[in-house]
Amino acid sequence: MRLCMLLCALMIGNAMAAGKPIVVGSKIFTEGYILGELAAQTIEASAPPVPVTRKLGMGSTGILFQSLSSGAIDVYADYTGTLTEAIIKNPALKSLPEIQAALGKLNLVMSEPLGFNNTYALAVRESFARENNIRTISDLARVSAVRMAFSYEFMDRADGWPGLAAAYHFAVPPKNVNRMEHSLTYQAIDQNAVDVIDVYSTDAKIRKFNLRVLDDDRAYFPVYQAVWVARKEFVEKYPAQWLALGKVAGTIHVDTMLDMNAAADIDKRSYAQIAAQFRGARPLANDSLASRLLHRTLEHLWLVAISLVFSIVIGVPLGIAAVRFQATGQAILLLSAMIQTVPSLALLAFLIPLFGVGTRPALVALCLYSLLPVVLNTFTGIRSIDPRHLENARAFGLNSRQILLRITLPLASPMLLAGVKTATIVSIGTATLAALVGAGGYGAPIVSGLSLNDVPTILTGAIPAALMAWLAHALFEVLGKVLIPAGLRVRP
Amino acid sequence: MSYTARAESTAELFNTGMLELEHVYKSFAGRTVLSDVTLVVPKGATHALIGSSGSGKTTLLRLTLGLIPFEKGYVKINDQPLSSFAPSEWADRIGYVPQDGGLFPHISGKQNVALVPGLRNWPAARIDARVEELRVLVGLDKAILARFPHEMSGGQKQRVAIMRAAMMDPPVMLLDEPMAALDPLIRSTLQEELKSIFRSLGKTVLIVTHDLGEAVFLAERITLLHQGRIIQTGTYRELFLTPADPFVSLFINAQRSLPDVSAVA
Repeated sequence: MRLCMLLCALMIGNAMAAGKPIVVGSKIFTEGYILGELAAQTIEASAPPVPVTRKLGMGSTGILFQSLSSGAIDVYADYTGTLTEAIIKNPALKSLPEIQAALGKLNLVMSEPLGFNNTYALAVRESFARENNIRTISDLARVSAVRMAFSYEFMDRADGWPGLAAAYHFAVPPKNVNRMEHSLTYQAIDQNAVDVIDVYSTDAKIRKFNLRVLDDDRAYFPVYQAVWVARKEFVEKYPAQWLALGKVAGTIHVDTMLDMNAAADIDKRSYAQIAAQFRGARPLANDSLASRLLHRTLEHLWLVAISLVFSIVIGVPLGIAAVRFQATGQAILLLSAMIQTVPSLALLAFLIPLFGVGTRPALVALCLYSLLPVVLNTFTGIRSIDPRHLENARAFGLNSRQILLRITLPLASPMLLAGVKTATIVSIGTATLAALVGAGGYGAPIVSGLSLNDVPTILTGAIPAALMAWLAHALFEVLGKVLIPAGLRVRP
Repeated sequence: MSYTARAESTAELFNTGMLELEHVYKSFAGRTVLSDVTLVVPKGATHALIGSSGSGKTTLLRLTLGLIPFEKGYVKINDQPLSSFAPSEWADRIGYVPQDGGLFPHISGKQNVALVPGLRNWPAARIDARVEELRVLVGLDKAILARFPHEMSGGQKQRVAIMRAAMMDPPVMLLDEPMAALDPLIRSTLQEELKSIFRSLGKTVLIVTHDLGEAVFLAERITLLHQGRIIQTGTYRELFLTPADPFVSLFINAQRSLPDVSAVA
């Protein structure tokens, strides 16, 4: 097992050392994708030209911070409030110079704020706001008999509703404050079932449902200024690129960000187009569906093929060993079966500290998942051989190696190939999860499609993945004709 | 001194055996399976080792092939003990024909026959010449050799298996139940042909079987094994007329449709 990881790691390590593009990461929600794409395009447009690799939609702050530290990514967009809470672990830090100094100790550099604050906010229907003449939260606190619906998180956080109610002296009867699943609160306010909900200040649904975000006139909510965060090494090595990113600072107004999020979530436009439009540039030529599909197909094939090679190189000898050594054999089979029961997300989470993010942990995970069918079928294939054939081979003077290569493996080959086929088809499906750790492939549109609740985007990943599985099935029919000895193909 | 012992000592004195087992003992987990087995097959002779299931004949076959170790005694070919050879060298001295032919199912008849010489790096031309020579000898159609085992009849499989065993030109051949799986009609023709094949090959042959008919027809002399011990060695006539033990008569009488004594002798 450890050998598998080690081999995978070595492989990819070598592959990565070849070219050294700037790697842009992003968080796994719409705004993160857009800002990531914006950073990538800004760097691409800067001089001198440097190749850029996008690892967008990688996960939460924890994963991105680890990736920055390990050098797996160079830059991404985050929020000051998140940085102080999750990375610096000192929420008391408020001023930008203080935060910059604290990040400097971690070898990180933070840009000037990009121009908008993505924090908690209260929103009301535009019509309700006009009728009651409400602009600020203080205005709202004066209105009696307001109906509210808040997300569980907002209700439970100290800096959520309890603190807010105290700070603004809200006098709302508890029965008027509903606790709801966040995504349903929009329906509730739209249908006039409630008057106030909690939102993130740049949420595209504010536009969709025509809501008014109330000014936090007592500055109660923590500040979540969007900023670029980069490795110090990157800033020193690519000063021109960092400067180009710096020019974006202060240019993204909260309304601009709301528009961009709405363009992605509601109008279903691609992140690349949205970012390009913001930059006033034409959408990139390679943004066509065909070229994206080709790129993802290559990424997906690479993931499946490489992990499969490793699972065969490791799994077949393990299967042979399992036959030869009884007790060890049972342990090997049990272990590979246990790996199979680890949920894929848990496995990826476990692998990130060991292998960082990107292709490497994805390959290791796929390799581990492919192991069971390969090991088990090798084992079963060999065990189902008539033992007289193996004894006869010994009587004819064949040595162990000759018996393995000339008799055992050919006789076990139909079973073995079936195992590799299962592993391949399972891998094609599982590899879609690789996008969660930034390894790309067909999972990328599936993950971003899920975050957008956009079925067509999901399908641009799911349909090719299904087609690839079907092609793999056909390929193995052909392989069977080539690899399985002719005498075993037709049985009377 | 028993009849058996006298017969063996005569063989030892006047004719060095090509295949010899000397005082072989074998036990599995404390249970004795073979006890003081001594068997001498002279050069060029065809000998049958006969016994019912559980008599120890399969164990004797396996240890003669070098597949299992044994506690005491020697297995010798041409006076050289088994233990002095590497497994591959030993295999070149005993050509083995497993029950039902034991052809490897994944390769053709020709590939089965050419497997061992191929591993010994014989040039293709030499392999082809030897295959052709043996093919004519066993009377097999050329097209059959190109087939896979599952496409062959029982008799064809046996012939291919005999070719395979004879490829390296071993002085001794060992056959396990050569007729067991065959149709009675095919049996009688193949029996005739096997006899002539053995004669043409000029090999020392040991046939291990439970079938007295097969033993009597193919072999000049017969050794009867019972409960791990040799009960009697001799011609069928000797076994029939002067049984060394009541079990010999019992065994002979238990077998049906035997040839008339006057027809064999």
